[in-house]
Amino acid sequence: MRKSFDPTTMLSHITVDKVGVEERVARFQTRSIKSESKLQGLKMVLNMIDLTTLEGKDTPGKVQQMCYKAQHLHDVHPGLPCVAAVCVYPSMVGTAKKALSNSSVKIASVSTAFPSGQSTREIKISDTKFAADEGADEIDMVISRGKFLAGEHSFVFDEIAAIKEACGKARLKVILETGELSTLDNVRLASDIAIHAGADFIKTSTGKIQPAATMQVTYTMLMAIKDYFDKTGIMVGMKPAGGISTSKLALHNLVMVKEVLGNAWLSNDWFRFGASSLANDVLMQIIKTETGLYQSTDYFSID
Amino acid sequence: MANTNSSKIAPEWNYSPAPENTHHIRLEKKYQLFINNEWVAPSSKKYFPTTNPATEEVLAEIAWANDADVDKAVKAARKAYREVWSKLSGAEKGRYIYRIARMMQERAREFAVIESLDSGKPIRESRDVDIPLACNHFFYYAGWADKLEYASPAKNPESLGVAGQIIPWNFPLLMAAWKIAPALAAGNTVVLKPAETTSLTALKLAEIIQDAGLPAGVVNIVTGHGDTGAAIVNHPDVDKIAFTGSTNVGKIIQRAIIGTRKKSTLELGGKSANIIFDDAPIDQAVEGIVNGIFFNQGHVCCAGSRLFVQENVAERVIQKLKSRMESLYVGDPLDKNTDIGAINSKEQLQTIQKYIRIGKEEGAEIYQSGCTLPSKGYFCRPTLFTGVSQSHVIAQEEIFGPVLTIQTFRTLDEVIQKANNSPYGLAAGVWTDKGSRIFNLTTKLRAGVVWANTYNKFDPVSPFGGYKESGFGREGGIHGLSAYLK
Repeated sequence: MRKSFDPTTMLSHITVDKVGVEERVARFQTRSIKSESKLQGLKMVLNMIDLTTLEGKDTPGKVQQMCYKAQHLHDVHPGLPCVAAVCVYPSMVGTAKKALSNSSVKIASVSTAFPSGQSTREIKISDTKFAADEGADEIDMVISRGKFLAGEHSFVFDEIAAIKEACGKARLKVILETGELSTLDNVRLASDIAIHAGADFIKTSTGKIQPAATMQVTYTMLMAIKDYFDKTGIMVGMKPAGGISTSKLALHNLVMVKEVLGNAWLSNDWFRFGASSLANDVLMQIIKTETGLYQSTDYFSID
Repeated sequence: MANTNSSKIAPEWNYSPAPENTHHIRLEKKYQLFINNEWVAPSSKKYFPTTNPATEEVLAEIAWANDADVDKAVKAARKAYREVWSKLSGAEKGRYIYRIARMMQERAREFAVIESLDSGKPIRESRDVDIPLACNHFFYYAGWADKLEYASPAKNPESLGVAGQIIPWNFPLLMAAWKIAPALAAGNTVVLKPAETTSLTALKLAEIIQDAGLPAGVVNIVTGHGDTGAAIVNHPDVDKIAFTGSTNVGKIIQRAIIGTRKKSTLELGGKSANIIFDDAPIDQAVEGIVNGIFFNQGHVCCAGSRLFVQENVAERVIQKLKSRMESLYVGDPLDKNTDIGAINSKEQLQTIQKYIRIGKEEGAEIYQSGCTLPSKGYFCRPTLFTGVSQSHVIAQEEIFGPVLTIQTFRTLDEVIQKANNSPYGLAAGVWTDKGSRIFNLTTKLRAGVVWANTYNKFDPVSPFGGYKESGFGREGGIHGLSAYLK
């Protein structure tokens, strides 16, 4: 386990100005992505999606269908990549594993009493181990927001480090649930805690709380990743999740990643979109870019 | 078969060119003088070319007004003032000004493209900053036209008469709006001279003034070089000189009008301090530094060209700044993704290069972003100098280009002293998380505008102007009206 976290000495000077962040983000949104760069960008987006279903009513059948879709996004149009991963509850990891047996699509599982994280550390650890044992390649944990907001930053740090240990070989994504953190200062601090505690990825949201992955929040987290990389040379991945459902917004996110972190982060090893409905919008845009025509949503499967 | 999951689909992702369409703009081959709502050939019979600084191509020929032409314009303005404009009610004047604002807004896209073609500024700025702000100035002052008695403590405000206005090339249409809108709202008539490298949008504005049916002679636009400006300044029947430009020319103007009845406002150069304290939101401060010095290629009189960084964060700030400079796109002003466009003219590029040479000779350490510059046109890499002291020429003189000098400081008193240790006093920026420090500094810094945790923010409601060699008088807001009232 890594050394305990002491925010007072480590991060005493990092403040975030919301107005300035909004202004910077608006600049990314004025970037004009046309022709080849648009097509290339859209294909990259597809390849960065964690196709997600996280509902109480999920069934093995639904997960199987989603896993098929993950590998066959739009077979009538050859040359498209598949998505990066599917994201499911631990109980569905086994089903997904079977459905994806011959595929390079990864399996991500949420854990640690997702989405609220309101449980004991023991249960969170066993939740994580169960998902990893079932075959999850990636674990998406949630932080204890209550403890964070109460100022118990060391608790949050230690918990993340413990889960990281429980992950074994699986890569760890740490969900900050920024919609509950209320300020960008908090988002920044939580990002730093997660990164220093061993996160392979930091992730905005569970998708259950609004607002989710706003560009302001994602930008703040990207800056934390950049600072850590500049200091240590270690890359950390980023996953905005929830609320990114259009191609345009996804491309603006890519612009932001490119301009903040550089091209090195523009692969699904380092950047993901957590989304359920984004893929079809991107597919529709790709068809539009190549044929000049918008097709009806009925032509795109909704698994 | 399943699609492959390659993690290396795109090792490089770059933006394809996204040039703004220019087909919709209308430009004449040759532009005459706009006097008495008519296009008249200059009695000088002389014309000069205006070029696109990004391509060095000639865009149009512009009439060169001499003393006789200026006299004609002033006479037209005087007649319009005496017989029409001073007799109209405030509400009627306001209606004309609103009409100009609306018509500018309708043709905003054309204005933006022409502004970028003629001045070299990126289309993102002309589209999102220059043109909307210019329209807003007209809208704002239109509202004042029938409320003048509430604008001044004197209660019976009177207009001055004929205003001679001379504007610079860095914000061509915006500066025309800053000058014309308050002058008209306060009841004056106008003779305006745009800068010789950027006359086109002022001439397009003349077309709108004509289309808006403004009474003949209320606004006259005479194009030309320095001698045309001098003719306006020296004309005996001009009541007011409003000038924005260099401190040198400002001094010449002041000498010329000594002993005359002419009132004047001068908005001159600057060497503004941008101050970063260690508790500032550093990443946003870095954006503010970039915006402060690289906005409009640094052709901004209030540019934050002297950066003061508190010693304990200096290394981090400079490292972040350098890294941010690498992500700035320098190139075709008409490309929607361009951050930094072309330097306005060959002369200005030479001036900037001269200062960069001086900086190196003075022993300051130079850093320039590694971008590739277009092979044609006038371009300059974003540049910063570290290891600069107060006695360096590059820290004292206005460069008017994308060149930043960086100094460090330890204490509050030290930075106040250094920031104020300049013949200029136009603007300043303060970056800190402490509200009390911001208010303390606004009273101590000798600058007309002090921005807190932001930089280069403009609004028609907010007054703008300088201390010391940065000039006198205020433009914008209620203060901007008093410059055109007795």
